[in-house]
Amino acid sequence: MQKVYNKILSVTGNVITVKASGVAYEELAEITTQRGKSLAQVIKLDGDIVSLQVFAGSQGIATNDEVRFLGHPMQVTFSDNMLGRIFNGSGEPRDKGSHLTENLIQIAGPSVNPAKRIIPRRMVRTNIPMIDVFNSLVISQKLPIFSVSGEPYNELLARIALQAEVDMIILGGIGLKYDQYMYFRQVLEEGGALSRSIFFIHTASDPIVEGLMVPDLCLAVAERFALKGRDVLVLLTDMTNFADALKEIAITMEQVPSNRGYPGDLYSQLAARYEKAVDFEGAGSVTILAVTTMPGDDVTHPVPDNTGYITEGQFYLRNGRIEPFGSLSRLKQQVNKSTREDHRAIMDGMIQLYAQFKETEEKRAMGFRMSTWDKKLLKYGALFESSLMDLHVNIPLEEALDRGWQILAECFTPEETGMKSELIQKFWPKSTTATPAAQPEVVASPVSEG
Amino acid sequence: MKKNGTIIGINGNMITVACESDIIQNEVGYAITGEERLKAEVIKIRGNLAFMQVFESTKGLRVGDSVEFTGKMLSVRLGPGLLGMVYDGLQNPLHLLAEEYGFFLKRGAQMEPLDSKRLWKFTPRAKAGDIIEAGSLLGTVNEGIFEHQIFAPFYLRTTYTLKDIVAAGDYTVADTIAHAVNERGEELQLSMNFEWPVKIPITAYREKLVPTEPLVTQTRIIDTFFPIAKGGTYCIPGPFGAGKTVLQQVTSRFAEADVVIIAACGERAGEVVETLREFPELTDPRTGKSLMDRTIIICNTSSMPVAAREASVYTAATLGEYYRQMGLNVLLLADSTSRWAQAMREVSGRLEEIPGEEAFPAYLESRIAQFYERAGIVELADGHKGSLTIGGTVSPAGGNFEEPVTQSTLKVVGAFHGLSRDRANARRFPSIHPLDSWSKYQSFIDPQLIADARTLLFKGNEIHQMMLVVGEEGTSLDDFQTYLKSEFLDAVYLQQNSFDPIDGATSPERQKYVFKRVHDVLMSAFVFTDKDDARHFFNKLRQAFIDWNYIDMTNEKFKKQEKIINAMIEEKSSDAKSL
Ligand SMILES: Nc1ncnc2c1ncn2[C@@H]1O[C@H](COP(=O)(O)OP(=O)(O)OP(=O)(O)O)[C@@H](O)[C@H]1O
Ligand SMILES: [Mg+2]
Repeated sequence: MQKVYNKILSVTGNVITVKASGVAYEELAEITTQRGKSLAQVIKLDGDIVSLQVFAGSQGIATNDEVRFLGHPMQVTFSDNMLGRIFNGSGEPRDKGSHLTENLIQIAGPSVNPAKRIIPRRMVRTNIPMIDVFNSLVISQKLPIFSVSGEPYNELLARIALQAEVDMIILGGIGLKYDQYMYFRQVLEEGGALSRSIFFIHTASDPIVEGLMVPDLCLAVAERFALKGRDVLVLLTDMTNFADALKEIAITMEQVPSNRGYPGDLYSQLAARYEKAVDFEGAGSVTILAVTTMPGDDVTHPVPDNTGYITEGQFYLRNGRIEPFGSLSRLKQQVNKSTREDHRAIMDGMIQLYAQFKETEEKRAMGFRMSTWDKKLLKYGALFESSLMDLHVNIPLEEALDRGWQILAECFTPEETGMKSELIQKFWPKSTTATPAAQPEVVASPVSEG
Repeated sequence: MKKNGTIIGINGNMITVACESDIIQNEVGYAITGEERLKAEVIKIRGNLAFMQVFESTKGLRVGDSVEFTGKMLSVRLGPGLLGMVYDGLQNPLHLLAEEYGFFLKRGAQMEPLDSKRLWKFTPRAKAGDIIEAGSLLGTVNEGIFEHQIFAPFYLRTTYTLKDIVAAGDYTVADTIAHAVNERGEELQLSMNFEWPVKIPITAYREKLVPTEPLVTQTRIIDTFFPIAKGGTYCIPGPFGAGKTVLQQVTSRFAEADVVIIAACGERAGEVVETLREFPELTDPRTGKSLMDRTIIICNTSSMPVAAREASVYTAATLGEYYRQMGLNVLLLADSTSRWAQAMREVSGRLEEIPGEEAFPAYLESRIAQFYERAGIVELADGHKGSLTIGGTVSPAGGNFEEPVTQSTLKVVGAFHGLSRDRANARRFPSIHPLDSWSKYQSFIDPQLIADARTLLFKGNEIHQMMLVVGEEGTSLDDFQTYLKSEFLDAVYLQQNSFDPIDGATSPERQKYVFKRVHDVLMSAFVFTDKDDARHFFNKLRQAFIDWNYIDMTNEKFKKQEKIINAMIEEKSSDAKSL
């Protein structure tokens, strides 16, 4: 039962109103304008006045254009035929492939019952030491990459996508630059991963509102594949664009903004998406890695701020590196106890020493005298940055741990590292000239605040 | 008589309903769409229009759909069998929903909060002919670790005479256990459960007292420096990742409360899962039973319907007040009250109310105050005392405490545990800021000792700030010693390894004992040759103290380690030198 209306009452921003009856909340409509067809979604019902957000934007809409209600909310196809395919923000093919209409599923479905969730326990290896060693990624984790624009976050995403041990990849582009879209395609193709990937791409030149559906489309499809036993990695870039689209609609609807123009429900909106990350007991999983660009490198900006309150940690990408400070995987302790016995010790020990290096660097910048210890720290910092932090380093976890010991041995005597004696005996490289101390002194150096 | 209305507008989770009959504020109604019945609550009335918040997604609702009003306010069911349960914000048992519907929550699904088949061994405590009123004791049943008291419903408005009451035996919560009649001849059928509207405080007690007795959390920085009291209130504001949830999890485990209610309000589902999966495995040292036996979880996580999130804190408070009526000490932990405030903000926006700061409604402050007012220690009709303590986390936007929710909360609570981003980054946990936080309650530790320690912390901080400018070289040895002492206090006492079974939970006896030793160190005038000597000494002393923290107090090693520490202190103190 599809109803057609020919009288548009108002056009404000990307929202139109029509007089109609029997329309359901969040129902879809199709608008035919001189520019072609566009989908629109019901966002408010007031008596017989229906407000719709038009995905293709309102440019060129005439008041006598045809609005046809489709009788269902937003849906997306779901099948193995989607693998290797590229869709747009309305779920239509963006590649030359055929239109898929089989097995339509609803998007933005209900939440997982918390009582059915399990404690995450499977690590995702990425071969990036700053992740694997220091902030392990875990199946079912939701984690954003906080970054200023200009940082190689999409390169990082693509690399993780290629190297992560998952069954499939769903990439959601929101306001993605065209060249970045092409880049993802090329990298995944060259890496032979395209056939296990699905793209939902909304580019910077597409109408803003159309980007709003991308996370829901990706996650609905991911959830279905997960229920069929697949481990799915969902990549979303860039969620700040998603939040900005929400903001635009909210302002058009004359909602009172809460913080820098963003709507008061920004937290709930973001959480509804991120909370789709899950490990289904007895089936597959959904893991979410998202990019959140920080306007003005300001982590207190509403988008990164609300995101941080929702996700399970964050990776800070700065100067082309994943910063050890501020970056956090809140789930790492669930997995790093069962990798290798020195994993946690290397993780903590190396970061503590790196913190001391940072202090020394500051002292040096202020012109204070450098002691022998300071000089050791400076050497250590440089080595750590070049041979572990650098994003080009691409080695498995175990090799990264070995390399960690190597760096320590090149810079310090065993007792200076504050590592447990048992571990030192087992892992300290034998080839270095460092003389084993008779009695390692158990004195940790003070870490001061600030 | 059934009242019906018709939907005339839908905006997010708000519906506008036209209804020809009378409407009650906070009345529950069901919006009907196909097979589904979506629970909703009246939150504003104008003429014959009811504005209702729907506790579910409104997707697919239409103008013209009907709404069935119930005539009852949003309520929870009170009775034996609440302990150990995991509910959503509207008291639907999540485990049962999972059994019925699988992985996903089902829109419109409702289930009985109390198991209506389970038999309870009832012992009557009243007899035919007794005069009863709201809150009178009718009998008791054993609910795991407690004697659960069965009350005459709190909503009774007059006194009644008991006509009959069943003999001791096994009954379900649904069975009738007594009949009563009042002067007007109105008859009453009583069972072991009744409903109570969540937004109305339960006041069936004699009087509310002033909270004075400490509620022990076994977290040192809290109990010693910023204590909470039985029946008191406190808040934990902090930026994301500062440690609010971990702190509450630790408290829910180790606090010396009889019943702990965890309200996971608009936060991550994953965090609740940890509690949910671990608590049944952990034993409560106080009872020897599983920790879950003293716990109720109200779980309305961030992707669950927003309106139900708003209801969830009230649901939690009502259950807390109910157990308080039994003379128990109840601790309610809400994480996070900001999400609750945001839920109010969303609703207020849809009602097109005039917004206050950051678009929060003007009544934000009074709602927060009313919520914390539900805490309290009370004298019950039988002379016993019961308490409800409320602790809420606050998640301020941008980590800035100068925002409406934090500020409104600070006005009403008795203690403030402010978490610091810097301390969390430096992995100094629990990251409660030792200089900014405060408490109006009394600790079990001698106030003079605490005052000394705080003075030293302030001084140490000043010296540290100075040192950042002039370097160590420009600092006197005396000042340097003060600084090292403050760092020592921080490292061995304020910081605590929450995940260690010994260090993570420090009993009051141990706190008194250890704090005395720490205080001795702070007050001693040590003699050092130079700064390296001082640093070296404090490094060693710190390590020795931390090792001490990890030894069970009843273990003989505890005394041994203390001797080592004493020897270290003696060697460097001025008296020793003068000998
Ligand atoms: N007491 C502690 N001991 C050790 N680590 C801690 C402690 N408290 C917090 N952490 C670390 O900090 C991380 C974040 O803590 P938590 O989840 O409690 O933060 P939060 O303040 O609740 O953040 P949010 O507002 O985002 O929910 C934890 O995953 C853990 O790694
Ligand atoms: Mg938290």
